[in-house]
Amino acid sequence: MASTTPTETPPAPPAASRRAASTGRVGDKVFLGLSRGSGILLLAIMASIAVFLGYRAALAISENEGDFLTTFDWNPAGDPPVFGIAVLLFGTVVSSIIAMAIAVPVAVGIALFISHYAPRRIAAPLAYVVDLLAAVPSIIYGIWGALFLVPYLGGLNLWLDEYLGWTYVFDKTEVGVARSLFTVGILLAIMILPIVTSVSREVFLQVPRMNEEAALALGATRWEVIRMSVLPFGRSGVISASMLGLGRALGETMAVATVLSPSFVISLHILDPGGGTFAQNIAAKFDEADQFGRDALIASGLVLFVLTLLVNGAARLIIARRKEYSGANA
Amino acid sequence: MAKRIDISGLSAFYGSHKAIEDISMTVEPRSVTAFIGPSGCGKSTFLRTLNRMHEVTPGGRVEGKVMLDDENLYAREVDPVAVRRTVGMVFQRPNPFPTMSIFDNVAAGLRLNGSYKKTELNAVVERSLRGANLWNEVKDRLNKPGSGLSGGQQQRLCIARAIAVEPDVLLMDEPCSALDPISTLAIEDLIGELKERFTIVIVTHNMQQAARVSDRTAFFNLSAVGQPGRLIEIDETERIFSNPSVQATEDYISGRFG
Ligand SMILES: Nc1ncnc2c1ncn2[C@@H]1O[C@H](COP(=O)(O)OP(=O)(O)O)[C@@H](O)[C@H]1O
Ligand SMILES: [Mg+2]
Repeated sequence: MASTTPTETPPAPPAASRRAASTGRVGDKVFLGLSRGSGILLLAIMASIAVFLGYRAALAISENEGDFLTTFDWNPAGDPPVFGIAVLLFGTVVSSIIAMAIAVPVAVGIALFISHYAPRRIAAPLAYVVDLLAAVPSIIYGIWGALFLVPYLGGLNLWLDEYLGWTYVFDKTEVGVARSLFTVGILLAIMILPIVTSVSREVFLQVPRMNEEAALALGATRWEVIRMSVLPFGRSGVISASMLGLGRALGETMAVATVLSPSFVISLHILDPGGGTFAQNIAAKFDEADQFGRDALIASGLVLFVLTLLVNGAARLIIARRKEYSGANA
Repeated sequence: MAKRIDISGLSAFYGSHKAIEDISMTVEPRSVTAFIGPSGCGKSTFLRTLNRMHEVTPGGRVEGKVMLDDENLYAREVDPVAVRRTVGMVFQRPNPFPTMSIFDNVAAGLRLNGSYKKTELNAVVERSLRGANLWNEVKDRLNKPGSGLSGGQQQRLCIARAIAVEPDVLLMDEPCSALDPISTLAIEDLIGELKERFTIVIVTHNMQQAARVSDRTAFFNLSAVGQPGRLIEIDETERIFSNPSVQATEDYISGRFG
C-alpha cells in the first residue's frame, strides 16, 4: 500500500507508486479470473439445478393420471397417482394479492412519513424499528400468526362478513377459526412490510432536492410536492420494492404452513378456512412423501419458480415502459 | 400584475449561522433588478427570502420585513405556500418535472391552483410557451417529456412554467450559468420582454449580463469568509457600472477581486 509510506522519507514515493502499479496489474488479473470463474461456476450450478429439477418434475408429470394444471387434488401416492396445482396456484396468488393490497399502500405511507413528514428525532428510530421487523425469522411470524392473529381476527372476520358479506369475497360460509387465505394474506402483508418500506424510503430520500424545489416554488403544499415530485420519481423504485415483497410472499413457507388449515378446494370466500399455497404444500408433504411424491412436489415448485419469473418480468416491463419519463435522465 | 418589493432590515440564518444581515432595498415593478457580488455573499439566500423558500432549508430562519406592495410576506397570518404562488422562481439548473410532459410542466402550477377546462389550459400553456419563446420549438411535441429538451430549452420551459400562473414577481437565480452562450442570449432577450409584465430579480455572476439585462443593480459583499453578506449599494445599472458611489463596488466590477 502506497499510503503506508512514512512521510519523513521524500525519495520513497516513486518506489511506492511503482509497487502500487505492478500489484495493481496482478490484482486486475486475479480479480478478472476470480470474477469470470465464479460467474461460470454460478451458471453451471444454476444449469445443473434446473436440469435436475426439470428431469424429476418431468418424471412425475409423465406418470400423473390427472391434469397437472386443473386437478383439485394432491395424491401422488394413490393408484393411479393424481395431482394438480390448481388449488395451490389459486391460494398462492390470492394470498399474495391480499398481502400486496394491504402492504404496499401502508409501506408507501410509512416510507413517506419517515422520509418527508417525521422530524429527524422520530424518523430515525421509526426506520430502525421497521428494519428490525425484517430480521424476525418467518417461523416466529408463523407462531405469532397462529397464536395471536388467528384467534384475534375472529372479530374482524365477523365484521367483514356482516358488512361486506354481499361482495361474495367477504362472505364467510363456514364457522370456525380464521385459518384462512385472508389471515395468511394479512400475515404475509406484515412480513413483507419492512422490505417494501425500507426500499421505498431509500428511493424517496433520493429524490433530487431541485425536483422538490421545483414544486415548492410553484406553491405546492407538502402533499402536492409528494404527488408532483416524490411519487413520480419513486414510482419505479416502489414497483421494484413491491416485487421484492411479492417474491417473498409468493414463496413464504413456514408462516403459511403454520397458520393455514390446508384443504384442496378453491373458494373465493377468502374468510373460509382452507386452500393452500405451493410452498406450504411442499413443506407439509415433503417429509412423508416417497420418491415419486417428492418429484411431484418438485414439479409444483417449478411452477412457483415460473410464476415468480413472470411477475418479475412484468415488473421490469412496467418500469421500462416509463423509462422515458423516469427521473434518471433529468 | 407586477408589484413593488420593499425590503427592510432583513437578515437570514442557517441555524446559528447568519448568512445575510440587515438588508434594506426597494425593487421597482416592471423592471429588472440584478444582484451581483462575490460567491458566498448571500445572493441566493437573499433571493430565496423573497418567496419564502429560504425557510424550507433545515434551520432556515428570517428576520425583517418584505413588503409586496402593501402586504408583509412575513406577517404571521401569511401562508408561505400562497406567497410562492405569487412570487415565481427560476433556478440555476433547469429543473422541469422529469416525469411530466412539456404540456403538463407548464400546466403544473395552474393545476395546483384549481381545476381548469382543457381549453383554458391549452390557451394558457400556449401563451406561456410563446411568452418564453419556446412555442415554435415544442408545439409539435407537447406530450413528450420535458427532460428530453436541451438545457436552454429546459430553462425556458421552467420560465414558461413560472409565468403560466401570472406571478407578481419572477425571481431568477443565475438562470444562465448552466447554459451555452446562444441559449444564454435567448434567455436574456426573453428577460427583456418579460419585464414589461413582471417585476424581475436576477442573480448573476456575469457582470456583462447584469449590464445587458438589468435596469438597477445591487452589489453585495461580505467583510470576511464566515461573516454575513451585506448590501453594499443599489443604483441604476448604468451608474453602478460607470460611477459607483462605493469603492468596493468599483473594485469588484473592475475585476480587482471576487
Ligand atoms: N443549505 C445551507 N446550509 C448552511 N449554510 C448555507 C446553505 N446554503 C448557503 N449557506 C451559506 O450561506 C452563505 C451564503 O450562501 P449563498 O446565498 O449561496 O451565496 P451566493 O448565492 O451569493 O453564492 C454562504 O456562507 C453559505 O455557506
Ligand atoms: Mg448562489
